[in-house]
Amino acid sequence: MYRKIVLMLFVLACAACLYPAAAGQKDIIFATTTSTQDTGLLDELIPVFEKKTGFRVKTIAVGSGQAMAMGERGEADLILAHSPEAEEQFMKRGFGVNRRIVMHNDFVILGPKRDAAKIRGLRSSPAALRKIASSHSLFISRGDNSGTHAKEQKLWKLAGITAEREKWYQQTGQGMGQTLFVANEKLGYTLCDRATYLALKRNIDLTLLVEGDASLMNIYHVIEINPKKFPRVNEAGGRAFADFWVSPETQKMIEEFGIKKYGAILFHPDAVK
Amino acid sequence: MDLIVDGVIQAFHLLVSGDPEVIQITLLSLKISGAATLISTCIGVLAGTVIALIRFPGRSVIVTLVNTGMGLPPVVVGLFVTILIWRSGPLGSIGLLYTPAGMVIAQTIIAAPIITGITLSAMQHLPGRLRLQILALGATRRQMVWLLMKEARLPLLTGVMAGFGGVISEIGASMMVGGNIKGYTRVLTTATVMETGKGNFAIAIALGVILLILALAVNFILTAIQQRK
Repeated sequence: MYRKIVLMLFVLACAACLYPAAAGQKDIIFATTTSTQDTGLLDELIPVFEKKTGFRVKTIAVGSGQAMAMGERGEADLILAHSPEAEEQFMKRGFGVNRRIVMHNDFVILGPKRDAAKIRGLRSSPAALRKIASSHSLFISRGDNSGTHAKEQKLWKLAGITAEREKWYQQTGQGMGQTLFVANEKLGYTLCDRATYLALKRNIDLTLLVEGDASLMNIYHVIEINPKKFPRVNEAGGRAFADFWVSPETQKMIEEFGIKKYGAILFHPDAVK
Repeated sequence: MDLIVDGVIQAFHLLVSGDPEVIQITLLSLKISGAATLISTCIGVLAGTVIALIRFPGRSVIVTLVNTGMGLPPVVVGLFVTILIWRSGPLGSIGLLYTPAGMVIAQTIIAAPIITGITLSAMQHLPGRLRLQILALGATRRQMVWLLMKEARLPLLTGVMAGFGGVISEIGASMMVGGNIKGYTRVLTTATVMETGKGNFAIAIALGVILLILALAVNFILTAIQQRK
């Protein structure tokens, strides 16, 4: 009987090993912002890349902050982030190489239709935040160190307000989609990238209140992880996928992506001018 | 309310139409959690039996640990497994992070204590004199253990069901160790979270319904075996 159990364990161990575990340098670990996944952009682009090159992309959709934290440990091969200041720090500290611009869109401030803080149509986003603060209206923050969260903190700074400890300021610690739903249910204001907003518009009652301010610009870069620092990084794969993002064909697909699905451009390509 | 009805309708639609992605996700969930349950059953039944039948110093500490392990939070397991197997971790060279094999390991760590604990209590609840009786009838030790296991098979199957239920519905470890990678480590629970984030509530509900059906089907089969005359 013991022999049977040992045999069974052995068979199971073999079965577990049959799962393609270490496919090695065929896999690219791609740490990216949630907006590219939540809008469906990745589902469109990655199969094209995989078919073309034979690499397999393992997408980990997290906030920009967490994506960079993965990069700092060499746990990713390529990151796509939208947190320019943190990215510059990241580059300065030597974790990344070859940072290239991919695309941009902008952030918008969303809020309930009633708009108790009366920010609708304001031209300046810091002014809008000041009004939200002075009227003690609920503001829902990502609170997850993402690019959106970094932008939001910068805007609060521009507005000269420390919101962190206020009762009307709440942090979800979740992705953009989830945070939108929280703001929607609690009738709060929130900062959102336009792509996620357009993609989820049909599911929420929040309306677009403030847009078009230069400080609301949202820029995405790809950064390859420095293979000199982390020998296990898939250098060729990271490079190939980064090249793919900025290639003219991909840039065209990025531009056309939103129109097909949501009737508007979600991401404006920037790599090819 | 419409949303729920829509979701359920869509679930059946997805199932009946055989949507390849949904089928792939469902099969993967079954494979990973099934493998983890099988391995956990081997470990758990063996360990539970040993702890139940043999007296040794420090036994009560072990029993306490097993009982605590039955409530091991999946996120904590996920966190520690991730730290162990990521590239810079001690087991990084094997390349297990973001693979189904990594998920099987994490789920095994979750399910094994559950099955061990239930086996342990099942074996201990057998009447003490049964052992003496079996031995008195001339059975060898191996035969004795085998007979005791057969005697306790009902609660043992309960253990297997509890273990499977624990891992198929678990999300924290699957998300961290698997990474929810499309077509590779995306399982029913992680896909449900992602579709909710995307605002595809109907698909999220559909996946939830499939998860429920799956759990029901597996437990139905196990219960049928358990209650067989």
